[in-house]
Amino acid sequence: MKRISLIVVLAAAMASTRAQQPPQPPAQPPQPQEIETTITGEPGSPPRLAVPEFIAVSKDTESVAIAKTISQVLFDDLNFEREFALIPRDVYSTIPAATSFSDVPFDRWRELNADGLVVGTVQKTATGLKVELRLFNVRTRQSAYGREYSGSTANPRLYAHQISDELHQSQRGLKGVARTKLVFDSDRDGERMGGTIENRGVKELYIADYDGENQRRVTVSKTLNINPAWSPDGRSIAYTSYRRGGGQIFVSHIFQALLDELTKGEKVGENWLPAWSPDGTRLCFTSTRDGNSEIYVMNRDGSNVRRLTRHPGIDISPTWSPPGTQIAFVSDRGGDPHIYIMDADGSGSPTLLTREYSDRPTWSPAPYNEIAYSARTGPGNDIKVIDLASRQVRQLTFGEGTNESPTWSANGRHLAFMSTRAGKSQIFTIARDGKNVRQLTRTGSNQQPNWSK
Amino acid sequence: MTRVWGTTVLLLMVMSVAGCGKKQAPIARPMPPPFPGAISTPSSRPPAPPEPVAEPTIVPPEPVRDDAIASASLDDLNRNSPLKPVFFDYNSSDLSPDAQRALDENAATIKKYPSWAVTIEGHCDERGTAEYNLALGERRSVAARAYLVSLGIPADRVRTVSYGKEFPFDPGHDEAAFRKNRRAHFVITAK
Repeated sequence: MKRISLIVVLAAAMASTRAQQPPQPPAQPPQPQEIETTITGEPGSPPRLAVPEFIAVSKDTESVAIAKTISQVLFDDLNFEREFALIPRDVYSTIPAATSFSDVPFDRWRELNADGLVVGTVQKTATGLKVELRLFNVRTRQSAYGREYSGSTANPRLYAHQISDELHQSQRGLKGVARTKLVFDSDRDGERMGGTIENRGVKELYIADYDGENQRRVTVSKTLNINPAWSPDGRSIAYTSYRRGGGQIFVSHIFQALLDELTKGEKVGENWLPAWSPDGTRLCFTSTRDGNSEIYVMNRDGSNVRRLTRHPGIDISPTWSPPGTQIAFVSDRGGDPHIYIMDADGSGSPTLLTREYSDRPTWSPAPYNEIAYSARTGPGNDIKVIDLASRQVRQLTFGEGTNESPTWSANGRHLAFMSTRAGKSQIFTIARDGKNVRQLTRTGSNQQPNWSK
Repeated sequence: MTRVWGTTVLLLMVMSVAGCGKKQAPIARPMPPPFPGAISTPSSRPPAPPEPVAEPTIVPPEPVRDDAIASASLDDLNRNSPLKPVFFDYNSSDLSPDAQRALDENAATIKKYPSWAVTIEGHCDERGTAEYNLALGERRSVAARAYLVSLGIPADRVRTVSYGKEFPFDPGHDEAAFRKNRRAHFVITAK
């Protein structure tokens, strides 16, 4: 295995990524009077929450803009998980704005039937930014949750994402995904492949926040780069690159600007679709090195390659079970491509899971025990989910364009996928119940999303 | 030039038909189907001996100058390629009689230019999923390569790569486009 330094563009892109690491957690623990309590709603209903614009303590234009951004992004982040009923922002204007935590007009918020009220202040400091947050119980007027954050002014959205994740954790016991990221391939920059092949756009890898913001390019190899997969620690991306001619597997350590070539020296066949084991120590992948498309596993440095499938049919698209003991994959040994499950060491014979044209299985995180996949439903494909205990299948998309390559959010409550419903291939997210479809990309063609843990 | 070319192709076709019975595909899976009976007519007839040249012709000082293929740049060659694409049925890597005829011609051309290195790209239409199509495209390129090798093309002159459905030749979404996109596409990479 050889390490290759990426060129300056990537290093620069990563430097800016690093600069936008989440704000520092509070330096001091929550103050004593802020014993965390839980806001509840009416019996059977989620708590009704209002998130008015944060208070700019420093009155300069930038502070005011940052206050506005943080409150709006926090509103969207909280709305995404649907654990709170967010009171729409357009009714807030009738209520006088607070100027500090001590003059909040609780009686007016109570008139809107708010159970909880998020109040925040934003203040520029010598070193950057200080954001203070309170979640008030509107009935008792007590603070149920309070934190202080400090960091740079570079990306105010990160304050909102961290606040949202912490509010979901403390109030709902939920692992939020506001700080997770997507990686996908795109031809958006319109660059062309070199060599003798004309009129073929390169595909490079791009990352984005979970909500589609902050889209940034992470590869610059001017070739076909596909099948990206986040390492479980979110610091590396495994993918297939054609920079050596055929498909080979690389791992880009995006915060270090280092690249590992895992299948280096494989002269025969191609290697595709790397999938990290849940503990991040191994990857399973598809290779044609032995003359046919089979599933293999290797260590994360490319060593100790072992073959797991032995069948003359096509075996492709592996995914690990959350404990790492099983691997689901696609095989056309029964005719059309179907999903099978085998033990992660390849022992025993694989068991058939789906009997329809299916591809790109992706195993949900616990506590769900489901596999999402792309199924042929007509001229195109749709996203379906099979529950492994009951074998019940539910369909999430219904014939709008073709829908492929699903990937779960870390909490199993959402999926990202590729759809052609808006014209070209674009990345969308959808809630696990099929609601709340959002389009995240609009420039060029964007495909094969993978959602970080 | 054209006559020589035609004779070469005919000779190769006859040779390949004659040698059909003992042909061994290098790997088990993408075995080319046997030739259709329609081509049996030339095989019953021995190849015509080369016609004697009536009068000595003047040999041009630089014969390659006349050979547009030999003198073209790689880019120009691939832009207007003498190597024909091979088309496939939906979700199939089987070589149809048409596909075999195209490969026979490609084999003749590759033999004629022994310095060429060729890459066969496997491509798929957009109906299959992106992931499965990587493997299907690979099957198509490997099937085409195995057939060429069975015709005597040295294996080390032909590489394969699968692009799945990443690079459609026709961006359309109808059967006419799909038909063009299910192919093994030949690229000359060295000459």
